[in-house]
Amino acid sequence: MPFDVTELVIAIVKALVVFVALLSIVPVLIWMERKVIADIQIRIGPNRAGPFGLLQPLADAIKLIFKENIITQGADKVVYFFAPAVSMVPAIITFAVVPFGDTAHILGRKVLLQVADVNIGILYILALSSLGVYGIVLAGWSSNNKYSLLGGVRSSAQMISYELPLGLALVGPVLLSGSLSLREMINAQGRAGVWFIVPQFLAFAVYLISGFAETNRAPFDLPEAEQELTAGYHTEYSSFRFALFYMAEYVNMVTVGAVATTIFLGGWRGPFGNIVILQPVWFLVKLFAILYFFIWVRGTLPRLRYDKLMKLGWKVLLPLALLNLMVTATVKALAPQSAIPIMSVLSLVLVAIGVIALTIISARSTRTPASGLREPSAEGAFYTWES
Amino acid sequence: MAGNYGYVAVFAIVGVAFAVISLVMSWFLRPHNPSGEKLATYECGEVPVGPAWRQFRVGYYIYLLAFVIFDVEVLFVIPWALALRNLKGQGLGLFAVVDGAIFIAVLAAGLLYAWKKGALKWE
Amino acid sequence: MTGQGVAFAVLAAITIISALLVVTIKNIVRSALFLALSFVGVAGLYILLNAEFLAAVQVLIYVGAITVLMLFAIMLTQQIMSAKISQTTEWFWLALPMALAMLATLIFFFAMRTYPVNPAPDALAVGTTMPLAEALLKPYLLPFELASFILLAALVGAIVIAREEKPGATD
Repeated sequence: MPFDVTELVIAIVKALVVFVALLSIVPVLIWMERKVIADIQIRIGPNRAGPFGLLQPLADAIKLIFKENIITQGADKVVYFFAPAVSMVPAIITFAVVPFGDTAHILGRKVLLQVADVNIGILYILALSSLGVYGIVLAGWSSNNKYSLLGGVRSSAQMISYELPLGLALVGPVLLSGSLSLREMINAQGRAGVWFIVPQFLAFAVYLISGFAETNRAPFDLPEAEQELTAGYHTEYSSFRFALFYMAEYVNMVTVGAVATTIFLGGWRGPFGNIVILQPVWFLVKLFAILYFFIWVRGTLPRLRYDKLMKLGWKVLLPLALLNLMVTATVKALAPQSAIPIMSVLSLVLVAIGVIALTIISARSTRTPASGLREPSAEGAFYTWES
Repeated sequence: MAGNYGYVAVFAIVGVAFAVISLVMSWFLRPHNPSGEKLATYECGEVPVGPAWRQFRVGYYIYLLAFVIFDVEVLFVIPWALALRNLKGQGLGLFAVVDGAIFIAVLAAGLLYAWKKGALKWE
Repeated sequence: MTGQGVAFAVLAAITIISALLVVTIKNIVRSALFLALSFVGVAGLYILLNAEFLAAVQVLIYVGAITVLMLFAIMLTQQIMSAKISQTTEWFWLALPMALAMLATLIFFFAMRTYPVNPAPDALAVGTTMPLAEALLKPYLLPFELASFILLAALVGAIVIAREEKPGATD
């Protein structure tokens, strides 16, 4: 494969455009989150910097850049330096496979509105999201701080537990579309005439809940439970390195939302979908609807206790994801024509089963005394100082 | 096909470059005057007690072990899901579903075993 | 030099250098991190070979699960997280020339013949994942099913070893 200069230019331009777009969504999202949360809590929220406080994230960023960077004594300096980057980079790179439109004709060339149409799109997303754990565990370990380490370990155990239902939830749409490519998945939703959220509602719910946990968002924000761990894994981080962690969290949110949009909500499809310029608009509208839901959930639900968090992941979401997978596979293989109409009906039954399972499990856990509270410290051996 | 990954590589390079350049740039912009108190580990105002790198409870490790095993399962399930459509086209739909059902049932049994043994219980 | 050539050189360098650092560096956590980086390099090499599925497996299992497991094992072990551990023994100076001699022998024999480097033409057109998936369900069906039993055995073993028996610990 010799170098093709035009290809290279297109690749670089595409990469830069998507990258800049992704990074400009982040401040908008931060502003939106603060405004929406303020609204839910009957406050005003940011209103000084710029109209409606729109420039607040920018002001925060500038402030953080000019803040002193503190390296705690005894910290592992190299790992401490790179941990924010390790947290940020996988979050960004995951976005490479998300299509935000069909094919555009620019200067007589066909350009895919997507950084790269990778055959194994779903696996690519899963593989990169499994790397997200590193930034957090490294930050926690290298800080030489007990809160950081505890936050990092908690967080990685949490992210890993929810990776399984997250992955299995995506297999249902793979069965329906018969492909791992995200572009092909959007085409399949176009052919079926229905978004996959209808025949795969249980998978959508499992994916979204796991997505909350993967991004360490409320109600799964135990890694940074400020009452217990001050700020969790980034307790010791200041200045721009803190800003990178902060950005990584929001980029992760955008990525989870974008994947949900693509796989379950038809991606860039919408009314007048054949007009190419409108496609990114539809994509953004759906994306922000999901992000709004993220914020709404944060404003509504209290934080889960750690034992309940693990129970939800392993004993509710994982079995439900397996059930959804088996039902979908059976219908897909045995349905004489298309599996989607049958699945659309069955998905109501599956959701009912899901709700019942959740109710039973949570009822059982309220009756038994909280195991995490029996000992004075929920972290057991961690606080027994021998030396 | 490798060309698609060329795009990914370019995108990855942009991402890494952004992270590294911004980390280095902020180095020049920020003040730097450390002092002993400032560099002390934050422990809510107290003087830190003992080293931070302590031993962890084994509970986390059991979840990790279970995770590794189910992660491999997910990776076997994905090709099965992918091949199902083609096998249905060849009239082997029922055969493929039974294959996958056996595979998943065995692991569901494993999940049930872990559940009943209390390995998935956080305490 | 072609684009793939450059990519191969970079990925091979990442893989080999970080693999060397794994066995020489004194800090055990950093050692585990370089192992992860080495695995990522191998995944990149798989992509160059059009083995996309294998690359995803490499990242998902080896980087995302096994190395994290190792990091946790380190954190669960008292007092070795911050310790400086020597990775060499007194036999180091004997072992090094032996290993180099082995490497030279291997390179010599691999260089003696040429290997076909062009991938099968249809592999490029349809991707390698779908044929792999079908192979898993047809000729390799028995190994596929047996894999689930092996995983089950591993799970049961892990639980039995890692967890002490507590009566009434069901939920």
